[in-house]
Amino acid sequence: MTAPALRLVDVSKSFGRTEIVRDVNLEVSRGERHAIIGPNGAGKSTLFNLISARFPVSSGRIELNGDDITSLRAFEINRRGLSRSFQITNIFHNLTVFDNVRCALLWSLGYRYSFWRRLSALADAGERADEVIQRIGLRRRRDTLASTLSYAEQRALEIGVTLAGGADVVLLDEPTAGMSRSETEEAVALIRRVSEGKTLVMVEHDMGVVFGLADRISVLVYGRIIATGTPAEIRANPAVQEAYLGTSRAHA
Amino acid sequence: MKPPPLLTARRLLMWGGYLALILLAPLLSRSGYWLSLLSQVAIMTVFALSFNMLLGQTGLLSFGHAVYYGLGAMITMHALIAVNQQVVPIPVTLLPLVGGLGGLVFGVLLGYVTTRRAGTTFAMISLGIGEMVAASSLMFPAFSGGEGGLSSNRVIGKGWFGITYGPQIQIYYLIALWGFACVVAMYALAHTPLGRIANAVRDNPERAEFIGYNPQVVRFLMVVLAGFFAGVAGGLTALNYEIVTSESLHAYTSGLVIMMAFVGGVGYFFGPILGALLITVLQMAVSSLTAAWLFYFGLLFLVVVLYAPGGVASVVVEHRRLWHAGVLGRLAPAYLLAALPVLLVGAGVVAVVETVYRLMKEDSARLRVLGFTLDASRGLFWVAVVAAIALGMLLLRKVARTVSDERHRAYATLRQERT
Amino acid sequence: MEFALISLLNGVTYGLLLFMLSSGLTLIFSMMGILNFAHASFYMLGAYFAYQISAKIGFWPALLISPVLVGILGAVIERYGIRKAHRYGHVAELLFTFGLAFLAIEVVQLVWGKAAVDYRIPASLSGTWFTLFSSSFPVYKGFMMAVSVGMLVGLYALLTFTRIGLIVQAALSRPDMVQALGHDVPRIFTLVFGGGSALAAIAGVIGGNAFVTEPAMADALGPIVFVVVVVGGLGSLAGAFIASLLIGILQTFMVGTNYSLIDFARSVGIQLHSAPALARLSLTQLAAIMPYMLMVAILIFRPRGIMGARET
Repeated sequence: MTAPALRLVDVSKSFGRTEIVRDVNLEVSRGERHAIIGPNGAGKSTLFNLISARFPVSSGRIELNGDDITSLRAFEINRRGLSRSFQITNIFHNLTVFDNVRCALLWSLGYRYSFWRRLSALADAGERADEVIQRIGLRRRRDTLASTLSYAEQRALEIGVTLAGGADVVLLDEPTAGMSRSETEEAVALIRRVSEGKTLVMVEHDMGVVFGLADRISVLVYGRIIATGTPAEIRANPAVQEAYLGTSRAHA
Repeated sequence: MKPPPLLTARRLLMWGGYLALILLAPLLSRSGYWLSLLSQVAIMTVFALSFNMLLGQTGLLSFGHAVYYGLGAMITMHALIAVNQQVVPIPVTLLPLVGGLGGLVFGVLLGYVTTRRAGTTFAMISLGIGEMVAASSLMFPAFSGGEGGLSSNRVIGKGWFGITYGPQIQIYYLIALWGFACVVAMYALAHTPLGRIANAVRDNPERAEFIGYNPQVVRFLMVVLAGFFAGVAGGLTALNYEIVTSESLHAYTSGLVIMMAFVGGVGYFFGPILGALLITVLQMAVSSLTAAWLFYFGLLFLVVVLYAPGGVASVVVEHRRLWHAGVLGRLAPAYLLAALPVLLVGAGVVAVVETVYRLMKEDSARLRVLGFTLDASRGLFWVAVVAAIALGMLLLRKVARTVSDERHRAYATLRQERT
Repeated sequence: MEFALISLLNGVTYGLLLFMLSSGLTLIFSMMGILNFAHASFYMLGAYFAYQISAKIGFWPALLISPVLVGILGAVIERYGIRKAHRYGHVAELLFTFGLAFLAIEVVQLVWGKAAVDYRIPASLSGTWFTLFSSSFPVYKGFMMAVSVGMLVGLYALLTFTRIGLIVQAALSRPDMVQALGHDVPRIFTLVFGGGSALAAIAGVIGGNAFVTEPAMADALGPIVFVVVVVGGLGSLAGAFIASLLIGILQTFMVGTNYSLIDFARSVGIQLHSAPALARLSLTQLAAIMPYMLMVAILIFRPRGIMGARET
């Protein structure tokens, strides 16, 4: 039996005296598309920040492919094959689309900190970057500065930067936040396309996206996971309906 | 996909032109003044570009960059002294490299401390480290030469083919060629994986971590490499003047390089080259005209920070773009209109500064300009000056709007043509 | 013993003066994110203004008028300069204040000359306050302490008991929240900047005549004040206070101690004849770089500073 792609064991996080994430246990197996849902302030983004080492955990253990990564720094985790996107677009604003993507895959191609190689002569980096740009649909904007892209384009680039390095575990933090209906549909298609063969964990508010994409869903309420299961199981779970879906039905 | 060729026609033209310019410039005038100006510009170009590897490329504002320049100069001087005493056999031609290695070593030592933090804290720490090195240098007079500085003689033996580096023209060519090599190297460096990742760290250090890079390592490497080039610049200074004082690593020198890079423009690779040229020319030209030249420097710097934060380079690039689109001509009337109030304010400020300076220095407040006598001890003078400045400011506010409207219009046409 | 007591008193006086500068800098830095390079320039201007005013109408009016003038100048600079530079980001802001500091020195040299001016301690405050064994402690040092402690109490009261003080305190940790609550943050910034400048000017008024009033005074003190802020911890007034006293006392003791590694070796019975230059340096000489060494040590072993809550 192989280890799960991602495993959280009793992970907790407090800021001061406030506990945001409490004893979370989670297993995501390889190739699975896993969604984490929950009301605002449930600690979903915090959980992502813990996994990706943006914040240190207060207690508990995080494993990536069976290795303990709890005390590693963000770049070390990234080098081991976990990559993440951000809810608030977090790209390199004064670089072109092409350079954003190319920077994101330099490490994985082994170019590291080299200052003796000519960047434009690195054919593999250029080709892979162009492939990614093609896949995220920004080919026409290849040489545009990231800061001048539209919001939806920046979100696509955000996903491109996240995936370029070829990480096999990908965390997407609200990939469709702030998008219109049609933009959301395009984004879902994009995520489906690019996450082929990868382990995907996403935080998402749009239930259409969640139930359309996810193989399994975890529900986070007040920092605790109250249920994990297939979309059908989650829909049928009375505790979830009570805590979460019940409130959203009123909106629908 | 084949990688693009290293030497394109455009690049050959650009770099060939630059090389030709620095090689032919000494032929324009035979005066020693011209040659020493050119030497100084070439040295400052390297120094300012090395500073911009930090500010422009990595987003690190250093207030202590002169440390590497000054230490590089001192170490080169020690090497020169050793060569003179026949302790080590290094050809004078290669001595700037010794300065560069010195800068590199100190980059490793000091960079380890300074690059632990970024942003404003880095600025603060770089200042502190700079002060520390400057203060320490005086504690070790054997190394720094104390108050008098270090000096030696660059002419050693007969030299090859008559190249002894005795005449200024020979040392100029040594400086110019080293300078050109450094400029090419720094340009190349900006286009390597490290160079581009430095840009990424400048834009968004947090995200850089999430694509596998340790921003601290990136900053450290850039400081070390910038230290190398600053050290080479220091080495060239040592050979040029044959004397190095501790002022070369002082806060004043660090400040000067900030001004050069920023006035020139930190957003473009060639910006600091323009800045080094402009500031050095001003330094040598204006300082012979007025004792208040540092005041004008400060004022120029503030005006650039507030009104043209992209520096001369971005003004040039913008207008070149408009010129290519054929809309630059439309801006001419607005610019001409703006010239009057600018002159008015400028003249007013200069009149105040110059007369006040004379009043304090010589107790005679009279200043003769173009046949007029300005007398700061009379009330009428002050009324006139204050009125000129106030009127100029008022007009400037009005005209500024016209100019910016015209520019917006020009840019709008530019955008339309592009799509 | 006698040396220790007198040095301690001198050190505390100097430390308190440092705190008058660093408190303003910390307030401005933590609230607005601006590292005000020109802060020590306000200290210098305070001294020069006081010199000019006390030459015309006396020291006591100068103690009041000079800080007020400098405070107004600071507020004007914030309103019409820094706020404009702010649009281009922190680097532009920082460079703007750097340019100001540069300009301030030139203006001072232009108006008052390059040499030190004759700014003296007023007759009513000269003389000896008390004599300890054989060392005397001047009245003026006592006066400096009194003014500093008065400022300290005043600042504390202002921050703790007034509405504006509470807003300033809140803005120290969460400027965005304060703005969200509907307070006019830009106006508070102008106020804090002006106030910080005035504090620096008071330090200049009482320090300029105790030490020396010259164009180099800003550059001599400015970097040390930065060190205080880093060592104390960004955003912490208490940290700045501790660091000010620490550096003030340490430096005063070191200046008064002519003791080197050679002396130490001798005291344990080793005679060093061909000692390296490093061993021959006395503590007096090292006093000048002590603050920076302290800063380096803090950065390596405790990057947040003594009391710092924030990393950046």
